[in-house]
Amino acid sequence: MSDQAGAAGQPMISLQDVSKTYDAASAPAVESLTLEILSGEIVVLVGPSGCGKTTVLKMINRLVEPTSGDIEVAGTPVGEGEPHLLRRSIGYVIQQVGLFPHWTVRRNIATVPELLGWSPQRISDRTGELARLVGLDESMLDRYPGALSGGQQQRVGVARALAADPPVLLMDEPFGAVDPIVRHRLQDELVDLQKRLRKTIVFVTHDIEEAIKLGDRIVILNVGGVLEQQGSPAEILSRPANRFVEDFIGAERNLQRLALRRVAELRLKWGPMVEVSTTPEAAREAAAREGTEWVGLLSDGVMAGWVPVSELPESPSLEGLEPRPFGAVVSRRASLRQTVDAMVGSSQEMAVVAEDGYYCGLVDFRMVSEALGSQRGSRAGG
Amino acid sequence: MNIFNWEWVGRNWIAIVERTWEHVFLTAVAVVVGTVIAIGLAVVAVRRRRWYGPITSVTNILYTVPSLALFAFLVPFTGLSTLTSEIGLVSYTLLIIVRNTVAGVDGVSRGVREAADGMGFTARRRFWKAEFPLALPVIMAGIRIASVTTVGLVTITAILGQGGLGYFILAGLRSFFWTQIIIGTVGSVLLAVVIDVGLLWVERLLTPWTRRAAA
Amino acid sequence: MTDRPLVEELRLFLGDPQTWWGPASIPLRLGEHLLLSAVAVLAAAALVIPPALWAAHRRRGVVAAAAVVNIGRAVPTFGILVVVVVWLGLGPWPALVALVALSGPPMFTNTVAAVLAVDPAVLESAWGMGMTGRAVLMKVELPLALPVIAEGIRIAISQVIATATLAALAAGGGLGRFIVDGFAKRDQGELLMGAVLVAAVAVVAEMLFTRGQRRLVPSQASAEGSR
Ligand SMILES: Nc1ncnc2c1ncn2[C@@H]1O[C@H](COP(=O)(O)OP(=O)(O)OP(=O)(O)O)[C@@H](O)[C@H]1O
Ligand SMILES: [Mg+2]
Repeated sequence: MSDQAGAAGQPMISLQDVSKTYDAASAPAVESLTLEILSGEIVVLVGPSGCGKTTVLKMINRLVEPTSGDIEVAGTPVGEGEPHLLRRSIGYVIQQVGLFPHWTVRRNIATVPELLGWSPQRISDRTGELARLVGLDESMLDRYPGALSGGQQQRVGVARALAADPPVLLMDEPFGAVDPIVRHRLQDELVDLQKRLRKTIVFVTHDIEEAIKLGDRIVILNVGGVLEQQGSPAEILSRPANRFVEDFIGAERNLQRLALRRVAELRLKWGPMVEVSTTPEAAREAAAREGTEWVGLLSDGVMAGWVPVSELPESPSLEGLEPRPFGAVVSRRASLRQTVDAMVGSSQEMAVVAEDGYYCGLVDFRMVSEALGSQRGSRAGG
Repeated sequence: MNIFNWEWVGRNWIAIVERTWEHVFLTAVAVVVGTVIAIGLAVVAVRRRRWYGPITSVTNILYTVPSLALFAFLVPFTGLSTLTSEIGLVSYTLLIIVRNTVAGVDGVSRGVREAADGMGFTARRRFWKAEFPLALPVIMAGIRIASVTTVGLVTITAILGQGGLGYFILAGLRSFFWTQIIIGTVGSVLLAVVIDVGLLWVERLLTPWTRRAAA
Repeated sequence: MTDRPLVEELRLFLGDPQTWWGPASIPLRLGEHLLLSAVAVLAAAALVIPPALWAAHRRRGVVAAAAVVNIGRAVPTFGILVVVVVWLGLGPWPALVALVALSGPPMFTNTVAAVLAVDPAVLESAWGMGMTGRAVLMKVELPLALPVIAEGIRIAISQVIATATLAALAAGGGLGRFIVDGFAKRDQGELLMGAVLVAAVAVVAEMLFTRGQRRLVPSQASAEGSR
C-alpha cells in the first residue's frame, strides 16, 4: 500500500502508554496501551466483550478522556483544541448505529457537512454520491431511519461517517447487527471502498473472521485493555504469541490458515491424465498406476473431462469418447479454503487445478492437510 | 414573626385528630371503591379491545373536569354530603388505575400467556392467576398515584363541609390564620407520604417475586 | 339550599341580564379564566422549561426531578393556593403566582424525564459527529423530547384550569366565581351553570391541545418506530 496516497505509511494515530480507569474503585478498562496506526491502513481491534475496544475508539475522538498517556492524531495531541472540531475530522460509526430518528436519512448523512457549514448544493451532491457509494437506493434518502432495515441503517451509519471525507474513520462493530449474509456483503463493500478511499480506519469487532478479512493489521486485546498481540493476519494465525491468542483465534484458526495459502504453493500431482491422441491401453496403464477407476483426457493440454475405466474402448483410439466434466475445478490462485469448499461441494476427494482451461494438476485432501502441517515450521523458520 | 402558634395546636389537637381520621376515611373509601370499579373496567377493556377507547375517553373526561366543578355539579342532586364528595373523589381515581391495569396486563410476556394456555387454563383463570398477579406492580403504581392525588383532592371537599385537614385550610383562608393553613397543608402532605409508603409496603408483600430482582 | 325546583333556579339565573352583560357576566368571567390560565402556563413554561432542559442536558436534574414529582403530587393545590393568597393578599396576582407554582412541576419533570430518555446511542453519535453541546441540546435532545414535554404542558394546562377555578375562593375572578357565589348565595342555578362552564372549558382545552399536539409532532410515529 506504500504506493498509494502521499502520506501513506506515516503514523496517523498514535497511542503512547494510554490507560483509562472509569471509576477508581474498578479495574482499568484499558491499561498502558501503546499503538501506532499508519496512514491508509485498516487496523482491527479484536477481543472479548468488555476488553476496552470501544473505550480505545472513544479516547481517540475524546468522547472519553484517558486517565493517563498521550494520544495523537495526524501529529497533533488530541487534547489540544476543541473536542468538537477534532470529532468533525474523524468519522465515527458507533456500535449501536445511533441514527437521529427525527431526521430523514438525507439529513442524517448531512450531519457533519451541515456542522461544517457547507452550501446546500454541495451537501445535496455529496449526499447522493455517498448513497451510491454505500449502495443505498436514492429513494431511501427521504425516509426516516425507523423505516429502514438493520442493514440499511448500518449503511447510513457508514455514509454519515464518511460524509465530510474525514481522513480517519473509527468503526465500532459497524456490521454487528445484521445477518451473516448481509455482513459479508458489507465487508466486501468496505474492502472495495477502502481500495478507492485509502482512509485510516480503526475497526472494532469481536469476530476474528471479520478481523482477518478486513485488517491490514490485527490488534488482539484482553480484558482490562491489555494488548496480547499485534501483527498481520498471517502473523497472528501462524504464530500466536500466547495461549490466549491461540484460544481466541481457536476454531477459526485452521480454516483461516487455509484461506491464507494458495494452490500455487503446493506441489501438485499429475494424476491419471492422458492425451486424447494416445491409446486406450496407455490410459488403462495410467489408471492402474494411480490406483483410480477413471482417467482424465486432455487435448493438447486442455482439459476435456474424465471417463470411467470400464468405458474405455477396445479400439485403438480414444477419439470417439464423450468425457464428463470435472466436478471440482480451481485455479492456481485459489486459496486452499476455496479448494476444500469446491471438493466438499462436489463430493470429491480431489480437485482439478487448471488455468484458462489448461490442466495443471490435481490436489487432494491429504495434500491440503500436509500443507497445513508444514506451514507452521516453514513460516516460523522464515 | 410568629406564624405558627403551638398553643392553638395544643388546644385543638382533638379536632386535628378527628379531621385527620376524616381525611383518611374519605381517601380510603374513594381509593378502594375507585380501584374496584377501575379494575372491573380494565378487565372489560382487556377482554374486549374495542371498549378500551370509550372507557379511557370517559374516565379521561372525568379526570379532566376540575374537581370543584364536579362537586358543584353534584350538589343540586346529592347535596352537601359525603356521597357528593366520594362520587367526585372516586371519579378521579379511575383513569390512572384503568390505564395502569391495562398497561400492566399488556406487559405480561407472551411466554407466560402461552404457558398458561398450554396448561389448559381458561381465559378467566389465566387472567386472575397469571396476568393479573404479574401486572400487580404496575397496577400498584397506579393505585399509589391515585391515592396521593386523592389525599390532595380531599382538601377541596372542605367547601362541601368536610375536607379532612382541608377544613383547616379553608378556615385559615377565612381568618388569615397561618397556623391552621400550615396544619392543613403540611398535614395533608405528610398524610400523602405515609399512605404512599404504606402502599409501597403492601406492594412488596403482594409481589414477593419482584424483590430478588431488585436486590 | 332553596326549595325552588332546579329548573326554575336555572331559568332565573339564565334570564338575569347581568348573567350576560357586565362585570359579573359569563363572557367576562370566561375571559378572565382563560387569560389567567394562559398567562400562568406561558409564564411557567418560560420559567421552567429552559432550566429543565439545561439541567437534564448536563445530567444534573435527575434527583431533583424525582423529588419534585413525588412532593409535587402530594402537596394539595388548594393548600398552595391558600398559602400564596394569605401571604401575598387577595386578588388576581397572588392567584397567578399560585398557578405558576403549580404548573411548573409537571413541565419540569416531563422535560427532564424526556431529555434523559433520549437514546444514549443517538447522543453518542451526536457528540461523536462533533456537535457542540448547544447543538446536541437544540438539534437532538429538544426535538426528541418534544412529545413528552408537550405532554407535560398538557397536564399543566389541565391543572391550571382546575386551579384557576379554585382561585375564586381567594377572591379571584374566573368561572369559579359562579361556583363560589352559587355556594354562598345558595343559588343552585348559578352553581350548576358554573360547574358546566368550567367543565366545558377544561374538556375543550384538553381536546384542542391534544389535537394540536398530534399536529405539532407529526414525525413522532416514525421516530418511535426506529429503535
Ligand atoms: N461509561 C462507563 N462507565 C464505567 N465503566 C465503563 C463505561 N464504559 C465502559 N465501561 C467499562 O469498561 C470496560 C470496557 O468497556 P468497552 O465498552 O470499552 O468494552 P468493549 O470491548 O467495547 O466491549 P463490547 O465488545 O461488549 O462492546 C467494561 O468493563 C465496561 O464495563
Ligand atoms: Mg464496544
